[in-house]
Amino acid sequence: MPTEFAVLLQARLMTLAPVDLAVIILYFVAVIGIGLYLRTFTKTGEDFFLAGREMTAWIAGLSFLAANLGSLELMGWAASAYQYGILATHWYWIGAIPAMLFLGLVMMPFYYISRTHSVPGYLKLRFGEPSRALSAITFGFMTVLMSGINMYSMALVMKVVLGWDINVSIWISSVTVGVYVVLGGLLSAIFNEVLQFVLIWLGAILISILGLIETGGWAGMVARIKHNSPGDYTHLWGPLNHFADNPMGIHWTGIVLGLGFVISFGYWTTDFLVVQRVLAAKDLRSAKLAPVIGAGFKMAVPFIVILPGLLGLALLPEHLTGEAQALATGGHSYNEVLPLMLARYCSAGLLGLGITALIAGFMSGMAGNVSAFSTVWTYDIYRALIKKDGTDAHYVSMGRWCTIIGVLVSIGTAYLVMQFLSIMDYVQALFSFFIAPLFGTVVLGMLWKRATSAGGFWGLLTGTVSSIGMWAWVQLDPSALGIIALSPNAKPMAENMYRALWSWIICVTVTVVVSYATKPRPLGELTGLVYGATELPSEGHLPLYQRPIFWAGVVAVVFIILQIIFW
Amino acid sequence: MHREEMISIWFFIGLLLLAYGVLIAGSGIYELFVPPAHPVVMADLHAPIWWGALLLVIGAVYSIRFAPKRKR
Repeated sequence: MPTEFAVLLQARLMTLAPVDLAVIILYFVAVIGIGLYLRTFTKTGEDFFLAGREMTAWIAGLSFLAANLGSLELMGWAASAYQYGILATHWYWIGAIPAMLFLGLVMMPFYYISRTHSVPGYLKLRFGEPSRALSAITFGFMTVLMSGINMYSMALVMKVVLGWDINVSIWISSVTVGVYVVLGGLLSAIFNEVLQFVLIWLGAILISILGLIETGGWAGMVARIKHNSPGDYTHLWGPLNHFADNPMGIHWTGIVLGLGFVISFGYWTTDFLVVQRVLAAKDLRSAKLAPVIGAGFKMAVPFIVILPGLLGLALLPEHLTGEAQALATGGHSYNEVLPLMLARYCSAGLLGLGITALIAGFMSGMAGNVSAFSTVWTYDIYRALIKKDGTDAHYVSMGRWCTIIGVLVSIGTAYLVMQFLSIMDYVQALFSFFIAPLFGTVVLGMLWKRATSAGGFWGLLTGTVSSIGMWAWVQLDPSALGIIALSPNAKPMAENMYRALWSWIICVTVTVVVSYATKPRPLGELTGLVYGATELPSEGHLPLYQRPIFWAGVVAVVFIILQIIFW
Repeated sequence: MHREEMISIWFFIGLLLLAYGVLIAGSGIYELFVPPAHPVVMADLHAPIWWGALLLVIGAVYSIRFAPKRKR
């Protein structure tokens, strides 16, 4: 263990009372108990990898969102809110809601009707084996890295808040996730994610409630932030007219096109970690409705994540700094704002609930990564490339072993991730490597009949390689950042947005050019895979309130109102 | 075992919240009589009591509503 962590372990924020420990232990008993109970319902590959495709829209929708609500989301975005102000909310609103609605209404029918097990599986059906192999391998790589990032966030909480040994907290939590996913597969992961979703809300919302009471409401909080910190930290769109006008160093075009379009659509529509939850829905209407339900709750997440960060900016007496400076000075870093707020308001019992919420966030994120990794490895790499003629029981067994291996590899990557100073910038870089080009390939595959197998593969490959190339360019020559992000005032976060945009454009351009140069597949082979070649079931017989498009409209209206309120 | 016999996840959630409600509200009531040496900010609001009570009520409702004996 690095010596700086050993030093920090000596200074903890709070001490748990017996009642806090009881709350935490009860949580561990519950998740393991649910895994044990569900083992009897997990027999076939369909059960283990797709939860039997029997989930209701609500369960699938909440699980869809909870898989994304890892400790990285809770800790990282509260930290970003402290650092960048309300601009961090863009990752929850423009950077999520339109894409989630697009997934539900436009893309879900093709994923669901094609009966694919995974997103790489869809690429196999649409573009052939090379595209699937490329997508599956990059996804597997990204997933274990993401899992490691999640674990690092978790280790920070336990280190700073409770003084727990990093190794012990990592291993206990990871092994618990491993046990319940091995036992019940995706079914167990989904059920526990719903439980974790409820606990995250009940544990975290209290900070916002008590914080707003202390500041005298929203207006009181804004006044304190203005007094404490120069700059505009409380407006969503106003400061985005110029790179130099906001603490993030980004222009609104980067937010709208890079984040709101490419990164967001890429993540929410093609990242199998979240899409897998929706594929488990019991029918097409539930599969379409699940992302809409998720979007409704996603809009509210800033009230438990961003708001505590802003309240920290308004109320905490000390000024938080970056991780490196905090380690050097013995102070607290941005990443600790949520635990600091927790320690500020929560006494015995509530503290245990708050810590449980953070642990639950970690577990839901990790279970999402591990179960998705297990499915993609088993179906899209192992069955496709290594052993094509195994029995269903053999693949279930492989899925269980793969879950254990995924947990162990994730633990290994957690130590690797500790070397990076900024967690969030690192995640955005990863997304732009793989997710942005993948979105280009999948969306063209679903909406454009003329896209060919060669076009899909070469578009995906060149998009991914160009993204990594741009990243390497900036690492070697930092002045290249200004070229990629179109401004000398741009900061690393802006570079990630624009790099994602360019890699998507390169992917789409190459796919279109190569497709026109190669022979298209016959229309008959595209049935169930492409818009225009697939008959989509009508929902005309359903009452309005049961139609996904109606609820998507409601979510869209609330989304617009929120933008106006916080403009 | 058939899926129809599966206990609802909301029942498990209800049980856990019920237990949490008892523990947290109980802890808050205990603090009324034995105040901690270093109280948290806004301690005078007695958040553990009303938050614990809320968890207890939600937990009780879900435990009863989704109890396994009910055929839904």
